[in-house]
Amino acid sequence: MPSLNDYLLLSAILFSIGTAGVFVRSNLITILLSIEIMLNAVNLSFVAFGRALGSADGQIIVFFVMTVAAAEAAVGLAIVIALFRHRESLNPDTFTALKW
Amino acid sequence: MTLFYLFGAVAVIASLLVIAQRNPIYSVLLLIASFGALSGLYVLLDAPFVAVIQIIVYAGAIMVLFLFVVMLLNAPQEDTELDMRVHPMLRPGAMRFGTVLAVGLVAELIWALTATTGSASFQPGPLISVATIGRRLFTDYAFPFEVTSVLILVAMVGAVVMARHDAAGGKR
Amino acid sequence: MTPLLIAQIALTLIIFVALLSSAAGMVYFERKVAALLQQRLGPYLVGPKGLLQPLADVIKLMFKEELRPRAADPLLFALAPIISATAAFAAFAVVPFGAETTLFGLLDTPLRLQVADVNVAILVIFAIASMSVYGIVLAGWSSNSKYSLLGGLRSSAQMISYELSYGMSLASVLLLANSLSLTDIVNGQSGTWFGFVPRWFVFLQPVGFLIYMTAGIAETNRAPFDFPEAEQELVAGYHTEYSSMSFAMFFLAEYINMVTVSAVATDLFLGGWHGPFLPVSLGWIWFLLKVAAILFFYVWMRWTLPRYRYDQLMAFGWKVLLPVSVLNLIVTAAGVLAFGL
Repeated sequence: MPSLNDYLLLSAILFSIGTAGVFVRSNLITILLSIEIMLNAVNLSFVAFGRALGSADGQIIVFFVMTVAAAEAAVGLAIVIALFRHRESLNPDTFTALKW
Repeated sequence: MTLFYLFGAVAVIASLLVIAQRNPIYSVLLLIASFGALSGLYVLLDAPFVAVIQIIVYAGAIMVLFLFVVMLLNAPQEDTELDMRVHPMLRPGAMRFGTVLAVGLVAELIWALTATTGSASFQPGPLISVATIGRRLFTDYAFPFEVTSVLILVAMVGAVVMARHDAAGGKR
Repeated sequence: MTPLLIAQIALTLIIFVALLSSAAGMVYFERKVAALLQQRLGPYLVGPKGLLQPLADVIKLMFKEELRPRAADPLLFALAPIISATAAFAAFAVVPFGAETTLFGLLDTPLRLQVADVNVAILVIFAIASMSVYGIVLAGWSSNSKYSLLGGLRSSAQMISYELSYGMSLASVLLLANSLSLTDIVNGQSGTWFGFVPRWFVFLQPVGFLIYMTAGIAETNRAPFDFPEAEQELVAGYHTEYSSMSFAMFFLAEYINMVTVSAVATDLFLGGWHGPFLPVSLGWIWFLLKVAAILFFYVWMRWTLPRYRYDQLMAFGWKVLLPVSVLNLIVTAAGVLAFGL
């Protein structure tokens, strides 16, 4: 039977994979995907703790995290679309100047 | 236990491939596979409601949004002018440093988690039903619930405004 | 290998084969009904009364050449029909179609006539319906042709728009039934009022039933909402570049989605397997009759109503159907509070 530590380790590995994605990738959409990986890793540890402590709070927090992630993905993708229309590139390095 | 390893392995390998793929469509599809594995893990954790909501919201709605944006933008694959023989994660400069940082992070987290003594199995407890979650959402968590609905409204309006075609050019 | 396990495995195989044959039967049923509605004969040459026509169609499709455009993405092109067909079959896994039986006393514990008894069954159906969007959008994208891409994007936008009203009408039924499990919902509809009016939820939720059927027709890309695969506008939409068995997979997926939507509508609104004159253990006969009635309704709608234009379709989904379904939910909630149902 997997223990709480096993789930937390898995969550930590997934979180650092997401972090690596945000650091390394130079495509805005892949960066947003890595942020989603990080949010999911956190969801996993919430549900694992909720199960270990026998309370429903873990699952309720996950509900809110998913909703916020959906809102953030929508707005983030809208920004990506606006940026792409302006510069025809998805590389964040082309958006270094503070001028539009 | 084997199910845990199976789902865990699928989640980790799919996530690794997500950040390693050059084609963003494959990245999105692999992330959907990773979400499916996570949903299986939620079922193992006696949380069927969260598992199904994960599929409905994440894999079924958010990822469709990502897929639409990738298809509509039809973006060229990244960094076609740089050296394609070396993988992006190992290129000198910021990328290699980023990989080193991430490996350092995972090493530190693993050390921190194995140093504690949380290796007891889960106690069999009452299955948390959907009715319980619903009741708590509307009593203890009523305020965050309402605020989240306002947040979604704001995000909807913001996304529509940001992604709008402007006749005069330039954003307003 | 207890007898129950053997019975469950046999039941799963029977359901799988039954779904495949229902798709074949739907091919014949649709062509015959369409013909009779249009005052012609339909298939009558192959086999007695044309009953072997689906067999001839399948054999023809198997012998066609399997084409793949050179610019198509090979992995996604092959994956898309698989996703469509798999999602269609998987959604039927949690639909119960009969009461628990002991197979005339052979089994010790009763066998539920369902592949999997999940206590969040309605949400699982909704989740797998969301998954079937991917088959279509990937088919449109991987074909690398403009008609396919447009058809795929339009079709998936339509499906995700109507999923909202679909979910709201499901939620209204949940209010009446107090459970997410389909078996509990069906059992909540047993019995009658005044001795002859059955306690089906369609009488308590007529608007909900109409919303569910409309959203279901839009979800399966059928009937007046099939603009994305309209022959006159988009060649054939997302399955333009597919031939032979891949094309057959898409059509299989479409018919099985229709059967699933009809089966879920029967369970939610029409009382499932409860009906007069038959004992509950033979209730699956009533279930099949009700599903057949809804499938006839589907075919009738297709060959009677003209097709919606795409902007009319999306406007209807967002501006009419969604507010009506939210209003239905509110009124149902008020009714449950007021009458204590």
